[in-house]
Amino acid sequence: MTWSQMQPLLHDACLDTLFMVWWSTVYTVLGGLPLGILLYLTERGGLLPNVVVNKAVGAVVNIARSVPFIILIVWLIPFTRLVINTSIGPSAAVVALTIGAIPFFARLVETSLREVDHGLIEAVQAMGGGTWTVIFKVLLPQALASLVAGLTTTVIALIGYSAMAGAVGGGGLGQVAINYGYQRQEHGLMNITIVLLVVIVTVVQLAGDLSVRRLARRTGRQPAPVGVRRLWSANRTPGPRKTEVTEVAPETT
Amino acid sequence: MITTSGLTKVYRSGGREVTALDGVDLHVREGEVYGVLGQSGAGKSTLIRCVNLLERPTAGTVTVAGQDLTALAGRGRRASGALRQARSRIGMVFQHFNLLSSRTVQANVELPLEILGLDRRERGRKALELLDLVGLADKAKSYPAQLSGGQKQRVGIARALAGDPKVLLSDESTSALDPETTRSILGLLRDLNRQLGLTVLLITHEMDVVKTICDSAALMKGGRITESGTVAELLATPGSELARELFPVGGEPSGPDRTVVDVTFHGEAATQPVISQLSRTYNIDISILGAAMDTVAGKQVGRMRIELPGRFEENVVPIGFLREQGLQVDVAGAAAGTDVADAAEALIQEGAK
Ligand SMILES: Nc1ncnc2c1ncn2[C@@H]1O[C@H](COP(=O)(O)OP(=O)(O)OP(=O)(O)O)[C@@H](O)[C@H]1O
Ligand SMILES: [Mg+2]
Repeated sequence: MTWSQMQPLLHDACLDTLFMVWWSTVYTVLGGLPLGILLYLTERGGLLPNVVVNKAVGAVVNIARSVPFIILIVWLIPFTRLVINTSIGPSAAVVALTIGAIPFFARLVETSLREVDHGLIEAVQAMGGGTWTVIFKVLLPQALASLVAGLTTTVIALIGYSAMAGAVGGGGLGQVAINYGYQRQEHGLMNITIVLLVVIVTVVQLAGDLSVRRLARRTGRQPAPVGVRRLWSANRTPGPRKTEVTEVAPETT
Repeated sequence: MITTSGLTKVYRSGGREVTALDGVDLHVREGEVYGVLGQSGAGKSTLIRCVNLLERPTAGTVTVAGQDLTALAGRGRRASGALRQARSRIGMVFQHFNLLSSRTVQANVELPLEILGLDRRERGRKALELLDLVGLADKAKSYPAQLSGGQKQRVGIARALAGDPKVLLSDESTSALDPETTRSILGLLRDLNRQLGLTVLLITHEMDVVKTICDSAALMKGGRITESGTVAELLATPGSELARELFPVGGEPSGPDRTVVDVTFHGEAATQPVISQLSRTYNIDISILGAAMDTVAGKQVGRMRIELPGRFEENVVPIGFLREQGLQVDVAGAAAGTDVADAAEALIQEGAK
């Protein structure tokens, strides 16, 4: 394959990947953030303790998280068809990506909120603030750096997932790598898609770390380390857990 | 201003019950600084947190500024609108400041005003005014992380004052600060108490805090208040543990046949040459084992531990003399309420006649 043949292919694939990652990120935040807040609020000893809701939501989240993504996509095909009338292409992939990432992000949100000092919540309650005030004036602003770190992790996981979605007809770089690189043995093309994915992940990670550092510096916390080694360890494990988040935004107080 | 009656709080955790408050009756008068002392685990924090119902009492009532907060509370863990309204008129200061690190100093002070629904310009004006009051006008745009502990607590105080409260609650607000800073924060609280007529209920485990700014004090033990009253009353109460803590005098008797007497001087009496009079009148040698002089609640108070020769029975008359001079006299080694103390009391009464 010549470069002039590859170029439009890669161009479209890149746009598809970015399309999938962007929109699934948007919907993941819209769905995962409230869900994470709900998990945090309803836990025992929380602001709105509710064992039934907490256990039910927690169970759904855990189940969704333990299904391997590649299986989740296939399993969701009927649902995807119902929602957007098709089960192939980037738009269809967004549905599966979003549903796969919401539980993941919701747990990260819950963890981030738990790191917020309870004394701050108490202070706001003592001045007459209600639950909404606590959420919007304390929890979210105080957890912002940690939330951004969690989002970065989620986006990187979504990039990985989007490549998997490509394998089952979602389009994007993943599909190019499978269709041309693997099935037609176009090693050059395969390598280029890998480089492109690495570049995208690197850019996301650097941008995320930078924002976290900005936010952390403002609030007087220890700046998170930005370095090549950290970047690679994040790339190799696209599903980091709690420890990853605390590593990115350590509390000094 | 603050009245609690029969306030009881029982924590249940995993089948075990802890009675943190056991029928506490507290009465804080308007415009006074009231200190609550007690050892760790005595229930001090629980008490102050029950005053604004951050902690729901198991039983009993809390009245602040004539309003029965326990009646406002409503059921369930969520605070009713009426309770939140009442809370906005009660300021609270915390040991660890509890400032939002994501907000500037000014924005922290504005937070209660946002909750009250003031508009932006008014909030800014009021916040700067309050920061000026606590001496931090130049730090408005800083973040809490850039301030020292004392400055953070000043911000905490400014924030607590934002809702124009009548009552300020303070749970160990100086415990995380060094002595110098503690003094300046206490001075600020004192000034606010005087200037704004603010009623202050403060929790502390430092006697110095009580000495410096409290009008009244209470001692808590095992969830109960064991002593309470104005500082002057407490000092005048024989056998008062708080008085002894406020005013420790030491010294051991030099031999077996000696009578050790603690003499407390208040105001006027502090300037009378009573000891030399006693010595001359009865022709006895008096040794001073220990003495302390201090200002408590703005008044001069002195305490002296003296030793008279001979056993107690032989000293009934001189001790009666000291009583007549308007001094408070406690015979050491005879704790109030014991037989010895009662006998001593009876003898002294007789001797005085
Ligand atoms: N949330 C809680 N759950 C269970 N027990 C509690 C809780 N809060 C306090 N207690 C218990 O209630 C008792 C009183 O605690 P409290 O915090 O009021 O003490 P304190 O006088 O403020 O002590 P300190 O001087 O150490 O602050 C303690 O025995 C404590 O273990
Ligand atoms: Mg305490």
